[in-house]
Amino acid sequence: MSSEPRAVVTDSGIPLDPVYDAASVAADLAGRLGRPGEPPFTRGPYRTMYRERLWSMRQYAGYGSADDTNARFRYLLDQGQTALSVAFDLPTQLGYDSDDELVLSEVGRVGVAIDSVEDMEAVFAGLPIDQLSVNFTINGTAPIILAFYLVAAERQGADMAQVAGTLQNDILKEFLARKTFIFPPDHSIRLVADVVEYCSEHLPRFNGISITGYHAREAGCDAIQEIGLTMASAIAYTEAFLARGLEFDAFAPRLSFHFSSQLDLFEEASKVRAARRMWSSLALERFGAQKETSARLRFFSGCSGATLTAQQPLNNVVRSTLQCLAAVLGGAQSIHVMGYDEALEIPTEESVRLALRTQQIIAHESGVAKVIDPLAGSYFVEHLTDEIEARAWELVRRVEEGGGLVELLAQGVPQRWVAESAYRYEQEVRSGERVKVGVNKYVDDDGVAPPLFEVDAASAARQRERLAARLAGRDGAAVAAALATLRTALVDGTNSMPHIMQAGRVGATLGEIADTMREVFGVYREPQPW
Amino acid sequence: MSTGVRPRPRVVLAKPGLDGHDRGVKVVGMALRDAGAEVVYLGLQQTAAQIARAAAAEDADVIGLSVLSGVHVDAARQVLAACAGEDLGDVPLVVGGTIPPADVTRLRDLGVRDVFPVGTPLDDLVARIFAIAAEEEVSDEQ
Repeated sequence: MSSEPRAVVTDSGIPLDPVYDAASVAADLAGRLGRPGEPPFTRGPYRTMYRERLWSMRQYAGYGSADDTNARFRYLLDQGQTALSVAFDLPTQLGYDSDDELVLSEVGRVGVAIDSVEDMEAVFAGLPIDQLSVNFTINGTAPIILAFYLVAAERQGADMAQVAGTLQNDILKEFLARKTFIFPPDHSIRLVADVVEYCSEHLPRFNGISITGYHAREAGCDAIQEIGLTMASAIAYTEAFLARGLEFDAFAPRLSFHFSSQLDLFEEASKVRAARRMWSSLALERFGAQKETSARLRFFSGCSGATLTAQQPLNNVVRSTLQCLAAVLGGAQSIHVMGYDEALEIPTEESVRLALRTQQIIAHESGVAKVIDPLAGSYFVEHLTDEIEARAWELVRRVEEGGGLVELLAQGVPQRWVAESAYRYEQEVRSGERVKVGVNKYVDDDGVAPPLFEVDAASAARQRERLAARLAGRDGAAVAAALATLRTALVDGTNSMPHIMQAGRVGATLGEIADTMREVFGVYREPQPW
Repeated sequence: MSTGVRPRPRVVLAKPGLDGHDRGVKVVGMALRDAGAEVVYLGLQQTAAQIARAAAAEDADVIGLSVLSGVHVDAARQVLAACAGEDLGDVPLVVGGTIPPADVTRLRDLGVRDVFPVGTPLDDLVARIFAIAAEEEVSDEQ
C-alpha cells in the first residue's frame, strides 16, 4: 500500500495539474479554434449560436397508447417545450405488434405502442407535422417508423420539404450498447442506408441518422471512449454510404450526432468541442468534403440517467442541472434533461416539468447563453480539449487497426471495453474512491420517497382492441401484395423506403413489415460477453 | 446424492423480456465471478421456458433476473411458473433492476427470494446471493 496521494484525474482518467497556464496550450490556438460556424468548428457549428436561436428543449416522452402520448406532447408544448422527442415501447422498437405472444406486459410501458400508421396519426393528432421538429428514438425498426410518420404527414397534407426532425437510426450503437438490434449487421446497415438515401432525396430538413455515443456512455464507457467510438461509427457509416454510391456532400450535412452529458463539467464541455474538431478533420481531409456544412457537427445532448441515484432522488435535480450546463457550455443544438425520479420509474408529469424548467432557467436566468463558446481560451479547457482529442484519435486508430468498428462489434470487442469500464466505475464507487453523494458518502436513509408514475394498466388492452379493429377493417389482399413487393425490394437491394410506406398506407402493421424483413434477413444473436 | 459442499455457487443470470439494458447484469456477473461464483449469463430476450431449461441444465444454485423496463413482476411470475414446470421449484429466484419499493413486496409475495433495486450496494448484493446459494446447499443435503 502506497501512502502517496492518488493522482487527480478527470472522470475519464486524464491526469490533472493543479493549475494551467499559457504553456499548457498548444501553439496555433487560433487555428485550432477557428471562428464559430467555420472549420474546424471547435467553437460551434453556427456563426450566431444561441444569440440567434437557443437550443431546442426536447424532453424525451412517450408512454401508453398514442392518445396518452399525444396528451403528454400537448402538455409539453403548452409548457414552452420547443421540439418533440418520441419514446417507443420495446415491442415497437423490436418489431412486434402489441398482440404478439412474445410480448410481456411491455406494451406502452417505456414508450408509446405503434402498430400501424393510424397509431402514428393519433400521436400527432392536432399537431401539424410540417411545423414541428421531432426526434425519434428508434433503430431496429427505424425505416418502418419513418415510413409511418411520412404517411401520417401525407394524410395531414404536410409539405414534405418542411418535415423536420431526426431519426436515431444508428444500428451500430445498438450492437455496441443499446441492444435493440433485430437483423444481422450487414442487413441492418443496408436499411440505415436506405433511410439516409431516401432522406437525402426527399426530406431536405430531416436528419436520417443520429450517430450516437450516448448509449455506450450510459452503458459504462468514459468520455474519451464515447467520442472515439462515435467517430469510428461515423467513419463506418460514411464508408457504407459511399460504397452504396451516395455522394459525401449529399448526405454529410444532414448527419446528426448524439452525446451524453455527465458530471465532470469541464471534461464534458471540452469533449464535444474536441468531437466537432475531429469530425471537421474527417470530413474535409479524409472524405474530401466540398461543402463546409458537411464538416459541421451538430448534436443532441442527452443528460445522463446512469449518473442519477435511487438514493436521495432530489439530489438528481442538481446533477441534471450541472449536466445541462455542460451541454450548453459545449454548444448543443438540442438538450434533454432527465427527470429526478428516473432511477426509479419513468418520470411523472411534475418531474418532467421540473426538467424542462431546469433548461429554461439555464437559458434565461444564468446568463451562460449570452456569449458563444464562453470557455474558449481557458488554459485548462483548451488543454483538456486537445488531450481528449488526442486520446480519442488513438482509440479510432485502434479500431481501424482491428478492422473497423463493424468487424470489432462482431467479435464483441468494444462491448467488452464498455462492460469493463462499467465494472471499474462500480468498483470505484464500492471502494469510495469515486464519491457518489448519498450513496457512498453523506448517506442518509430518511429521504422522502417521491411519488412515482403509474402506467395505466388498461392502456395495453385498449391498444390491442384498437389493433384488432384495424386488422378486421383492412383490405387483406392489398396488404399481402404490398408486403410481397416489399420482400422483392429487400431481396434485390432497391431502396425499401417507398415500399414500406406503401405497406403502411394499405394497413400493414409494424410487426408484419418487420416479419417480412426477418424472413429475408434473419435475426441476430450477440456474442457472449465472457 | 450429496457430495458435500460445492466450492463455487452456480448462478444463472438472464434478461427476460425485450429490455436491452445490460450494464447492470454484466456488472453483477463480473462481481459474482470475482467473488468466486460460476456465472452463466444467458443473454437478452430470454423466455421463461429458456431460463428454466438452462437453470436445470446448468444445475443452478440461484437464478437471477435483471429487468429495467418495468415488467419485473410479470417476468418473475412467468419464470417461477416455468421453474415449477421443470421441477425446479426450489431453486431460488432473485430479481434486480428498476424496481419501485412497492414492487419489492409484490415480488417477495410471489416467491422471489431476494430483490435488488437500483442502488443496492454491489458488495451487499454479492453477499446476499452467496448466502442464498449456501442455504440451498444445506437444504439440498437434508
